[in-house]
Amino acid sequence: MLEVEYLSVNYRGTWALEDVSLRLIPGELVGLIGPNGAGKSTLIKAILGLVPVHSGRVLFEGIPLQHQRQRVAYVPQRSQIDWDYPITAKSVVMMACTVSTGWFRKPDRQARSRVRSALERVEMLNLSHRQIGELSAGQQQRVFLARALAQQADLFLFDEPFTGIDKKTEAILLRLFAELRSNGKTLLICSHEWGNSLDRYDRLLLLNQRLLANGDPKTVMTLDNIQRAYGENLQPSTNGHVEMPFFC
Amino acid sequence: MLSWLLDPLNYEFMRNAIVTGILIGILCPVVGSFLIVQRMAILGDVIAHAILPGLVIANFLGIEIILGAFVFGMLSTSIIAWIRAQSRVKIDAAMALIFASFFALGVSLMTVLDTRLDLHEILLGDILSVRASDIWRTSIVALVILLLIMLFYKELLFYTFDKIGAEAAGLPVNALHVGLMAGITLTLIAGMKIVGVILVVSLLVGPATTAYLLVKELHWMMAVGAGLGVIASVVGMYISYYLDLPSGPAIALTVFGLFVLALLFSPSQGILTRSRFMKLPKH
Ligand SMILES: Nc1ncnc2c1ncn2[C@@H]1O[C@H](COP(=O)(O)OP(=O)(O)OP(=O)(O)O)[C@@H](O)[C@H]1O
Ligand SMILES: [Mg+2]
Repeated sequence: MLEVEYLSVNYRGTWALEDVSLRLIPGELVGLIGPNGAGKSTLIKAILGLVPVHSGRVLFEGIPLQHQRQRVAYVPQRSQIDWDYPITAKSVVMMACTVSTGWFRKPDRQARSRVRSALERVEMLNLSHRQIGELSAGQQQRVFLARALAQQADLFLFDEPFTGIDKKTEAILLRLFAELRSNGKTLLICSHEWGNSLDRYDRLLLLNQRLLANGDPKTVMTLDNIQRAYGENLQPSTNGHVEMPFFC
Repeated sequence: MLSWLLDPLNYEFMRNAIVTGILIGILCPVVGSFLIVQRMAILGDVIAHAILPGLVIANFLGIEIILGAFVFGMLSTSIIAWIRAQSRVKIDAAMALIFASFFALGVSLMTVLDTRLDLHEILLGDILSVRASDIWRTSIVALVILLLIMLFYKELLFYTFDKIGAEAAGLPVNALHVGLMAGITLTLIAGMKIVGVILVVSLLVGPATTAYLLVKELHWMMAVGAGLGVIASVVGMYISYYLDLPSGPAIALTVFGLFVLALLFSPSQGILTRSRFMKLPKH
């Protein structure tokens, strides 16, 4: 179980997160939603210890997560990567084994077969020798998904995996999320989805600087909660779902 | 033709210069690749200029010049990193400022301390100045750096490709950064003798950038870059010998010549060749 307790993050005088507490349970698919600038990426980075935390703590199975980073797989937001970097898809996935292989060693046969099977699971084995810039956005996302899989982590943090991908990649992502969930992994997915697709989550976290709601999708996505997160000018649309004023 | 190639080798200084040139021709592109992929090529230029005060002070105190140069090279990169962390100032502005300030300090110290350093030689490189002791110094620096890069290659690859991911995975990113900066600084100091402060960035960045047009993985960029670096520095030195040019400019222009060739004729990205490639699949 991942326990986040009273987490606050301050960037040069402005609060990005205030007193966020939450728990993630193994075998649960949790969605993290909120408007742009709500602090979703910041929350994921704070959990990973990548931004200075003002107060609060993060425990994984009772031990600070900082001390067991190898157990977390992190899939960054697309914009964080330089796609012109001279590296092939396979080498990106191989990075999952960097820390577990250890200093001064080459990845062993086991690590290489893990990489191969991860590429297979995201249907990218045949393109694994391409430079990453020669892949489509969805294929690039799958490479990073494979990297997370090859790491054999217990906790998975995804920053906007559904942005800019097609149906095929989405189906692969969803299938793998389901597999990971049934294998008892803990999953947190930050997303800009809206409407029916939110029903795929076991639980939703609605964030805007503070954690505004935490529960199953139906109870979280009430008009009241949404207006508190996104502002008053949101109107329920005719089909009963709330529409976002602008898409990101 | 053969005598054209062999004649210069009758001189000891030319033999020294060529051996040193081959060593830095290998070392510079390997190290420079890490700068290019991080979009920090200009940092090489900044460090090269920022080591000048170190050279002058070391020469004045009569200590090993590598030591003085290294201290100032590392100082400049730390100040740039510090300015960036502490303020909104962007990295390019911070680099430009440090570059000019350290260089100005170096030139001023040269006058104030009245050292017998030859500014012209430092700035543009001089094959006549290469001594047997320089070969030793360069060999040791090159061997140590290349060995360290081999040992830490997979960590450096991860770090330079995805800093946040590397940190999330638990790699000591600060240590990797400092190690890289140290390697770059030492490489520049080694290259300076032949290519000079102003143009050493050409060997650091040029051959590796050329290689970038030809290959799709970092280790190939380094290998091909090293090959091109050796060609450029040897060819450059012959040009320097026969046309009586300073070695720095001769090498830098050769580097650029190779780059232009790759830009035009690279199989996948060449301006003249890629269009032919695009037609192929229609058959
Ligand atoms: N490195 C930083 N320095 C200063 N402020 C930052 C930094 N990163 C984020 N912020 C600020 O913190 C707040 C939260 O940002 P964050 O990136 O976590 O939002 P987000 O929910 O991920 O948004 P998006 O949906 O656009 O990805 C924003 O107001 C942002 O301006
Ligand atoms: Mg974000």
